Amino acid sequence: MSTTIDDEVTAETPQQQPTKKQRRAANIADAASGGLKMLLVKLLMLGLVDAIAIYAVIILASAEQWLVAAIVAVVAVIVNWIYFSRRKLPAKYLTPGVIFLVVFQVFVLVYTGYIAFTNYGTGHNGSKEQAVSSLMASSLQRVEDSPTYPVTVVDQGGTLGLLVTDPDGEALLGTNDEPLAPVDAEMDGDKAVAVDGWTTLQFGDVVTRTDEITALAVPFSDDPNDGALRTPDGSSAYLYLSNLEYDESAGTMTNLDTGTVYSDIGTGAFTSDSGEELLPGWQIVVGFDNFVRAVTDERLAGPLVYVTLWTFAFALISVASTFFLGLFLAIVFNDMRMKGRKYYRVLMILPYAVPSFLSALIWAGMMNESFGFINQVLFGGASIPWLTDPVLAKFSVLLVNLWLGFPYMFLVCTGALQSIPEELQEAATVDGAKPWAVFRLIKLPLLLVSVAPLLIASFAFNFNNFNVIYMLTDGGPRDSNAPIPVGFTDILISMVYKVAFTGQTRDYGLASAYSIIIFIIVAVISVIAFRRTKSLEELN
Amino acid sequence: MAAQQPVPGTQTGLVIGEAEEFADASTRASVSIARDGRGGGAGRELPRKPFNLRRWFAATGWRHVVGVVMVAFSLFPIVFVISSSLNPHGTLTGSNALFSAIGLESYVRILTDPQVPFLTWFGNTLMIAGITAVLTVFLGALAAYSFSRMRFTGRRFGLISIVVVQMFPQLLAVVAIFLLMSAIGDWFPAIGLNTHIGLIMVYLGGALGVNTYLMYGFFNTVPASIDEAAKIDGAGHARIFFTIILRLVAPILAVVALLSFIASVNEFVVASVLLIDTDKQTLAVGLTKLVSNPRYADWSAFSAGAVIAALPVVALFLFLQKYIVGGLTAGAVK
Repeated sequence: MSTTIDDEVTAETPQQQPTKKQRRAANIADAASGGLKMLLVKLLMLGLVDAIAIYAVIILASAEQWLVAAIVAVVAVIVNWIYFSRRKLPAKYLTPGVIFLVVFQVFVLVYTGYIAFTNYGTGHNGSKEQAVSSLMASSLQRVEDSPTYPVTVVDQGGTLGLLVTDPDGEALLGTNDEPLAPVDAEMDGDKAVAVDGWTTLQFGDVVTRTDEITALAVPFSDDPNDGALRTPDGSSAYLYLSNLEYDESAGTMTNLDTGTVYSDIGTGAFTSDSGEELLPGWQIVVGFDNFVRAVTDERLAGPLVYVTLWTFAFALISVASTFFLGLFLAIVFNDMRMKGRKYYRVLMILPYAVPSFLSALIWAGMMNESFGFINQVLFGGASIPWLTDPVLAKFSVLLVNLWLGFPYMFLVCTGALQSIPEELQEAATVDGAKPWAVFRLIKLPLLLVSVAPLLIASFAFNFNNFNVIYMLTDGGPRDSNAPIPVGFTDILISMVYKVAFTGQTRDYGLASAYSIIIFIIVAVISVIAFRRTKSLEELN
Repeated sequence: MAAQQPVPGTQTGLVIGEAEEFADASTRASVSIARDGRGGGAGRELPRKPFNLRRWFAATGWRHVVGVVMVAFSLFPIVFVISSSLNPHGTLTGSNALFSAIGLESYVRILTDPQVPFLTWFGNTLMIAGITAVLTVFLGALAAYSFSRMRFTGRRFGLISIVVVQMFPQLLAVVAIFLLMSAIGDWFPAIGLNTHIGLIMVYLGGALGVNTYLMYGFFNTVPASIDEAAKIDGAGHARIFFTIILRLVAPILAVVALLSFIASVNEFVVASVLLIDTDKQTLAVGLTKLVSNPRYADWSAFSAGAVIAALPVVALFLFLQKYIVGGLTAGAVK
């Protein structure tokens, strides 16, 4: 998108480049017409943007995120340059939208591609250092002959810390993330009780936040092998040592109790010789592993195949059923002699006006097997498994999607039918064509030409029509053989959502790999579709 | 469009009568005489004939049958939900006898239940969807103006990118959006995960998309001579845009705002991932979680909530109906 910025011509027509004089005249006109108020608004907005940018750069620099800070700074400079420049007119209009587009649409798609090549997910969330300290902290055991450290629990903006008095009478302060460090504390006898910038917890607070306090493990020093201080009661702490020992140079974890050595073998977790993994591990790039796993692991490949097929079937049948019903209704109600068409029309487009997530939830209630309206009233107490039988659930999803989608096609087809010139039909009738022939040979082709792009758009929409699937059946009935939460009416996008955000383990890597598969399918379809319709060529 | 009385039986009368129902720019011009493929030459009869049931049924009667069937199909879920919302104490089973009991108790329950912050969800949804709609229109109109009125290097590339990017909806990248927003939240908690501003920013990523293209087409229909006249009178580009063009394209702005509003109200995936606290969630997330919770058996209260939630959207939709129909068909019918 950078080409929108480095343009040089601001002429109104492509043929004539404006002369210098013309440009100067235009600038003078602009300056004269803008007025003081406009200028003030512009300065105010830019000032606001700059202030936010400077603040962001400071925060990012203090977090040592140099690359992101540099990007923010460069973007801010470019924005200022664009709006203070006398030219760059198109860029002035495009920049705001393009910034959002680049960050939240283009970048996230690229980032999805990156995640698909990592093992990101439950148990593989952070860096190796985080994994090491988290492992050490989770395997802490109290040292039998630990000295007793008098402590005071202190709070700073919701973060708890321990104010420790060591046996020499020195006051030390530390939190879960910050190892103990000496501080100047207010002493009460031998015990440090308060320190500047922190609030000392009173007895009542200690009791109410007891879970947080007992979970505190303040590292003794930067070396995780030195152990940590923990307090069972909020008044005295003991030294805890991990039964794991981390050898940084060898990159191994040793369980001191059993003597098992876990080493980093490049899978993103410490693994013993027998294959046992210590979790949490850390995030690594795994190459094509996720894709290979998705298509070769039998328990994953099966669901992927039937979900993909169903996604295509769902999208195609949805487009076809809504289009033909809509077209049929458009023809039926396109007769001037019929009275009251306006009322039929308003009532029939109501399904389109109701937010679709609500409609789907209501249908889910009506299709409930034991209590739903359809079984109890329309089918007189039958128990038809509308949403729980693998085959019937597919039918139900299609039926509900037909209900949701036909008004749109009805509106579109009515508009398209009415825009076909009547002369064509008259000419054909004069030539002796029967009404059906007129429709099939003249009207339908013309109609298809004008609605084809909308049918493609509708296919693309239904291909990722998450709401109707998720709200109606939640993808179910569940396929109990699959290791991921996938069901028989899941489409690809709902499978991505469920793999990434539901269930016991979240597998961002696998979910992103599925996203990339959808991405490729959609890309291929769009290329074919655009080739066929040549709609891109009309852009000028 | 002025309400002219159509003269029955004449072609002009039929044209005007029909045009009133579809009074939008894209279809008005081409609406013509009443006849579809099957109607044959029946529309041409001028002398009055005595009423004949069979002939009436063959000509228009069967259309009413189709209409009644379709209206029943369209309305029965809506009637069902209105009925069960009026049911004072309803489980799903209790709601099956339509309009067996009438009362507003379930509305009171959904609005006052301390476990269900329905009004908060409602406010969140209106705020998020409203702000997103306004900013989407603004960003889209800026871009559409530059594509429509200016010629610059990369213009064609920009237009094609907009068409291509919209083929890849944001929900495909939901995992990356979640991780990006949680990273942003680590540094700037005010705009990261679990904030409304963060969600709105993500939605604005889709502002330049199908909407811009729709507006671009509409901007092109405004003659450039208007701009030139204004320019000769000394107006700068900003003044032309804000005071002249934006007013001329107001109908398409309304359509895009409404479509964007409805899209945000309906959006579930990104909202459910980004908004964690119950008090921050939108109606789509909150109500879905509510009914998927097996312990929540108060179907009437949910129905009441659904009716309240649907009302503003349906009202807006019906109010702006003719513009929407124009906007929907603008892409198809030129």
